[in-house]
Amino acid sequence: MSIFEIMGPAMIGPSSSHTAGAARLGMMARLLFAAEIDRAVVKLHGSFADTASGHGTDRAVIGGLLGFLPDDERLKNSFALAEKENMQYSIEEIKLREVHPNTVLIELYNQAAAKELKMIGSSVGGGRIEVTEINGSSVKLTGRMPTLWILHKDRPGEVAIITSILGEHQINIAFMQVYRNRKGDIGSCIIELDQKPGEEVIESLSRSKDIFQVRYLPAL
Amino acid sequence: MEYKSTAELSSLAEEENTSISEIVLKVEMEESELSRSEIESRMAANLQVMRDAVERGINNKIESGGGLVGEEALKMQSFLNSNPLEKDNIYNTVISYALAVSEVNAGMGKIVAGPTAGASGIVPAVVLALAEKLELGDEQIIKSLYTAAGLGYVVSRKATLAGAAGGCQAECGVASAMAAGAAVELRGGTPEMVVNAFALALKNMLGLVCDPVAGLVEVPCVKRNAAAASHALSASTMALAGIKSVIPADEIIIAMTEIGDQLPSCLKETSKGGLAITPTALKLKEEIFGKK
Repeated sequence: MSIFEIMGPAMIGPSSSHTAGAARLGMMARLLFAAEIDRAVVKLHGSFADTASGHGTDRAVIGGLLGFLPDDERLKNSFALAEKENMQYSIEEIKLREVHPNTVLIELYNQAAAKELKMIGSSVGGGRIEVTEINGSSVKLTGRMPTLWILHKDRPGEVAIITSILGEHQINIAFMQVYRNRKGDIGSCIIELDQKPGEEVIESLSRSKDIFQVRYLPAL
Repeated sequence: MEYKSTAELSSLAEEENTSISEIVLKVEMEESELSRSEIESRMAANLQVMRDAVERGINNKIESGGGLVGEEALKMQSFLNSNPLEKDNIYNTVISYALAVSEVNAGMGKIVAGPTAGASGIVPAVVLALAEKLELGDEQIIKSLYTAAGLGYVVSRKATLAGAAGGCQAECGVASAMAAGAAVELRGGTPEMVVNAFALALKNMLGLVCDPVAGLVEVPCVKRNAAAASHALSASTMALAGIKSVIPADEIIIAMTEIGDQLPSCLKETSKGGLAITPTALKLKEEIFGKK
């Protein structure tokens, strides 16, 4: 832990969990989606739903979707800015099962590219976040370190290929999680790194034949 | 080098014949692999955010999320401006700065969490008011922020800093203790005095519950920041006079954790007890959020 987590971070108030964490969750959804957002549906659960407007949770999530970090003063005016950017949005309430009290479900759509994203994430205290579900798959994504999210064919040796590419580029893996929904289907790997991977690393990974998607998520 | 307790922090400083801030800085350099100047400039950026928040809060009406606060610092400032004798009293400056930052926080303005957003007015109020009074430069203020951070770091290793887990003692209580330690360093006290100030401030905030009206960071949070900041200044003065906390700081942190565990959840940021369920609070909640 750093002293800047104690005397810090610099952020937009009023609450590290309900405002800073909410903005980070929006930002994470934006990074995962990696396409223009035509329409966003934000469904707030638990304490997020109960005190959303008073804590600016709703505005912070929308601000994050627009690419604003927790210390960005534009968070306060994110509703107006979303309209300017032609991002439609709605804020709703939802009751989810077995999740943290500060949880949000974010759905993002881009019609032209026929893209959709459904992300569930929680603000777990002090502005820290945890994304727990992406498009129906359970994950654990914290945004504290540079992270790669890779979709690949689920077959023997595929994970070794990914880690050896990282090794060749002198990138050290701090934490790694591997998921899949069905055997032989698409595997999903979340790799948290000690170093920022350069463009060339992402290119090498993308070129590998059984890798379908490489998404770089910088530390938030 | 590492420190896990306030006792280790002060003995390291004394062994090396230096200040607590220097130990905190050195450990941060080791941990983060950043240089001294990189860390200094990051903290200087935080200091700027604190100054801007004070300026904004004492000069402007703030529109807060629930509208329960917004003009308190402004009122303090105009009172002080028309009463030169009151203006000269550092306690009044501390109160007005703490209100200012807390109100900026409540109004979705930019602040530095210290250790949390809800308690963000306390450390800046104490160090900025003292630095003005003693005519100290930014370099010294930044050092005192390291001291505050190092003390908070010790708490975070042993206990919680979240109101939802430990009550307000873990937020405003810890912030007050951090500010008291920082104040002693700014005023030229020894590492032992820093730790005693921390202990005296924290000890007298034990048991403080988190019962915010309508779940907002407004009532009692904004004025409680002012109270906790002036409390920090008192603790620092006692420590400088050589007054010691009979119970050592590290034991107080453990006591705080135990008290936090024993507090019922209705008094830990759920707004289901205490001030939050007074008739006035319930009425205000309904006005703000409707009959949800």
